[in-house]
Amino acid sequence: MSQKKNRMNQKYNYYVNNVAPKPKYISNCIKAFFTGGTVCIIGFILQKWIQSKGLDQKTASSIVIMILIFSAQFLTGLGVFDDIVKFAGAGLIVPITGFANSIVSPAMEYKKEGIVLGVGAKLFSLAGPVLVWGFSASVIIGIIYAIIT
Amino acid sequence: MAVKKMGQQTIRFPLPPKIISAYSIVGPKEGEGPLKDWFDEILEDDMIKEKTWEKAESKMLRSAINASLKNCQKTPEDIDFLLSGDLLNQLMSASYTARDLGIPFYGLYGACSTMTESLSLASMLIDGGFADHVIAATSSHFSTAERQYRFPLEHGNQKPPTAQWTVTGSGALVLASQGAGPVITHITAGKVVDFGVTDANNMGAAMAPAAVDTIAIHFSDTGRSPDFYDLILTGDLGQLGKQIAKDLLTEKGFNVESVYNDCGVMIFDSINQDTHCGGSGCGCSASVFCGNIYKRMMKKELKNVLLVSTGALLSTISTQQGESIPGIAHAVAVSI
Amino acid sequence: MDYVYVFITGGIICVIGQLLMDGTKLTPAHVLVLFVTLGAVLTGLGIYEPIVDFGKSGATVPLPGFGYSLAKGAIEGVKSDGLLGAFSGGIEATAPGVAAAVVFGYAIAVIFSPKTKK
Repeated sequence: MSQKKNRMNQKYNYYVNNVAPKPKYISNCIKAFFTGGTVCIIGFILQKWIQSKGLDQKTASSIVIMILIFSAQFLTGLGVFDDIVKFAGAGLIVPITGFANSIVSPAMEYKKEGIVLGVGAKLFSLAGPVLVWGFSASVIIGIIYAIIT
Repeated sequence: MAVKKMGQQTIRFPLPPKIISAYSIVGPKEGEGPLKDWFDEILEDDMIKEKTWEKAESKMLRSAINASLKNCQKTPEDIDFLLSGDLLNQLMSASYTARDLGIPFYGLYGACSTMTESLSLASMLIDGGFADHVIAATSSHFSTAERQYRFPLEHGNQKPPTAQWTVTGSGALVLASQGAGPVITHITAGKVVDFGVTDANNMGAAMAPAAVDTIAIHFSDTGRSPDFYDLILTGDLGQLGKQIAKDLLTEKGFNVESVYNDCGVMIFDSINQDTHCGGSGCGCSASVFCGNIYKRMMKKELKNVLLVSTGALLSTISTQQGESIPGIAHAVAVSI
Repeated sequence: MDYVYVFITGGIICVIGQLLMDGTKLTPAHVLVLFVTLGAVLTGLGIYEPIVDFGKSGATVPLPGFGYSLAKGAIEGVKSDGLLGAFSGGIEATAPGVAAAVVFGYAIAVIFSPKTKK
């Protein structure tokens, strides 16, 4: 690309950024803060309640995560999760609920393409990268830890 | 010798093809928009009792074509060519429609510009003496486009304010060498224009320069000015793209303020319908032209219209590779 | 008082995610990957553990908490099983969550169909 064209593109993109409507940062952040906080509080209350039944902390944590995942996926199935996210934004995407939604939503979407290459494969289309990066990071951290100690 | 070509990119039709019939079908959301009284048919359910969204889109396109044929008392056997396209990979909707109709078929992909792309080529086929009756039709469907280009329907995300909403809609036009109706006098074929916009959520900004390029060349090729037209209508630039197009045209010395509008802006009430910058998709300019504009021309409310459908020629792969979005726009001048 | 800490920690992590989505071109998928990886790395550096002690569920329910469980599991795995534990530890620790997400997800996908959006 010639330099002149490059400069023209930069000028145009600069102009576009100026006229483009901006996201409502403050109201989005407030919504995210309150819904995110609420999801965590729900997790905390569940955790305390399960621990009060005599289960240890680690088991209770796992059960809490499973309950939150199931709830988010069930709401996705009913078709309301994405409506709530329109309001809540990162408040529901960043908690484990967002991960749960990213698993079930493509799986539902690709039902008609079959249960193996449709649902089965697409289940991981958005969640796969999370697992790949998460697992890899944890293994590398483990190896580094083993080398240091 | 190209006797019918004028200027750089425009073709003049000495035997202008007539648009003898038009039919538009839109989905439920579009049917609640400001143009609801103009569409020929509003679907109650955008699945139309089909098993998949793709089948539903194909059925919608097929219904629009069949109804447009019925309107002018023709049968598929009377039609020489079907020029059609949609947004899906391998033109799934159009190809399956053509399979069922049994009309000789040219599949076209011009992203959201397919309506004027098919109209342009159909006009050339008729004026050139290659055909007497040609159908130009396109469709788009929110649910099929969304899953192909963006995220699954139930995926939780917030669309940025520059995003647009793919129109569920279809429009079919029957062009004929003889008959009554608005005539296509000129077409201006568009170049691919790319100003380096990479944001797939801001297609209005990516396509606006292409629309401006085509409109400006149309004026210089034909010697017409914006005053000649009652309406200059871009396809799906949306609110932001419309603003940009107006700014760029003013910069080039064309004052279009009083005659310019955009189908993507017209089709939705963006505040109450939560469509951000407006509608997009090839069904957008197709349904607005076939529904609203064609009928207003038949009533002589509008005499000269320049339809400029705009397309963003991106793919899911090009976006992931960080490529910028090439835009295209074809102009069709219609008069009555 | 714990409730306040949980709420604030969870809220702040979500606000960071919101700012990333609004202010950059990152999609939700990018944010998920980034947060899980970041959680694991911060745990490896010993920074996330104190946040979990302070924020409890506020730090474990958001996705960095998933990265935290992975990294913590891997480190504990190394402690008990040596190098092999680096491979098994993280996945073992998060297995209930991942398996639940996959199995519930599959079941929900079979039962429900996506609806068109208004």
